[in-house]
Amino acid sequence: MLYAILCYNSEAAVGSWSKEYHDETMAKLRVVNDKLARQGRLGPVARLLPTTAATTLRKGREQLVIDGPFAETKEQLLGFYIIDCVSLDAAIETAKELAVANPGTGSYEIRPVAELNDHRLAIERKPAA
Amino acid sequence: MNDIGWIDAVLTAARPQAMGALLRYFRDLDTAEEAFQEACLRALRTWPQNGPPRDAAAWLIFVGRNAAMDDVRRRAKQVALPDEAAISDLDDAESEMADRLDGEHYRDDILRLLFICCHPELPATQQIALALRIVCGLSVRQIARAFLVGEAAMEQRITRAKARIADAGMAFETPGAPERAERLTTVSAMIYLVFNEGYSARGDEAKTRATLAGEGIWLVRLLLRVFPQEPEVMGLAALMLLQQARAGARFDADGAIILLEHQDRRLWDDKRIAEGLALIDKAMRHRRPGPYQVQAAIAALHARAERPEDTDWAQIDLLYANLERLQPSPVVTLNRAVAVNKVRGPEAALEMIEPLGPKLSSYFYFHGVKGALLQQLDRRAEARAAFDRAIALANTPAEAAHIRRHLDHLNKASA
Repeated sequence: MLYAILCYNSEAAVGSWSKEYHDETMAKLRVVNDKLARQGRLGPVARLLPTTAATTLRKGREQLVIDGPFAETKEQLLGFYIIDCVSLDAAIETAKELAVANPGTGSYEIRPVAELNDHRLAIERKPAA
Repeated sequence: MNDIGWIDAVLTAARPQAMGALLRYFRDLDTAEEAFQEACLRALRTWPQNGPPRDAAAWLIFVGRNAAMDDVRRRAKQVALPDEAAISDLDDAESEMADRLDGEHYRDDILRLLFICCHPELPATQQIALALRIVCGLSVRQIARAFLVGEAAMEQRITRAKARIADAGMAFETPGAPERAERLTTVSAMIYLVFNEGYSARGDEAKTRATLAGEGIWLVRLLLRVFPQEPEVMGLAALMLLQQARAGARFDADGAIILLEHQDRRLWDDKRIAEGLALIDKAMRHRRPGPYQVQAAIAALHARAERPEDTDWAQIDLLYANLERLQPSPVVTLNRAVAVNKVRGPEAALEMIEPLGPKLSSYFYFHGVKGALLQQLDRRAEARAAFDRAIALANTPAEAAHIRRHLDHLNKASA
């Protein structure tokens, strides 16, 4: 079963991480990612830009384009993982591993995936300098 | 486990809102700072065991306010009221208090906190130092290091700046729309100063001062979160992000300046560029142009060009023409001339900058640009004179070295 692990935290707090703490946390998260990848359980992973970069389209008879996220909340959706898990318990286990690597405030919402269309984008990455 | 890392970040992030509210309660900067400090100490004691509160800023305001009130009462030699109980019983108090925390105040609280750093009587460096201390929460030592001065001197500077603010008095009534817009403009300018103090540093200084550019971006993101629908704030944020994206490519190993067209674009920071472009796109939808948006749009055209020859100079020329209208200044015209040179050639560019001579006679870049244009037109003697003048006016050895390379080139060509 595929699960989405949606990462919520205060983006102000994450935006205030020191460089050292950022690098340290990212390295710890990479260990969890690498393990999932080796097990063939890791799908797309995305880290989103801050909600200040977000625009919201409100549907309705008159479509409305609004600056910012769809709702003002204390914690924001900062990114997500798609992972393959045999059970909900396994998905919770993975979320716990992420939480150990990245402790403190925030939450992981574990949502079973109903459908995943994994179309590949033609993204050309700049070669690393 | 490393608790300090995330607790530090949560405290830093909550600081502007908490300090802003405490300042509104106590109407005194020192009391607000002491209250916040005390709340932080309690957070460091209790959060590792109890976990973080649901709303960190509300917790800090509540705890800080109670601690400061106790302190005031103690000083007044009065009997403490039973607020201690509320503090030790935070679990119950917290959710109720979080609701009570007047949400609509927080924008003006944060804006006021930023605004008091911009007092017109304070010189720019003091405004910056004050913002770094009060809003960003940098220690005096960190600020002193960024400004390359001693800690005692910086301490004194900040103390003096605070005294001046206290003397001037602060406006605590909720501002009306025109005052709010005015404050926003003033605060934006101060934030850009913080950024530029770091961004314009060169060579060895650049590394020490990188902190300032980073804090500038932190501040503009704060302002943008509080005012998410202001196109000029989006423009300022975009401008700073797009400029900072090039930080890693602006100097060579010896600290010499690398011009935009010679920079290794693979060293540009993709993530910052993506955020900057997203913000300028959003801003321009509002169709309320302003100087920051136009400057960001120019930076965006550079960022979008994969190679220097892909740069849309005609569009940049148009944008500078816009900027000249919005914010007339000889420096803007000088920058426009660089684009005009690419679009219409050195003669047209030279014609554009000639009238600027009297106003920019002691401006390093004016003579640098003029020399380069004359060089293109093969007017070597005049070019040499302009470059000599530029070297005499250079602010840093790196600037002088940069012009000297032009001169060497010129001499080689004449030999």
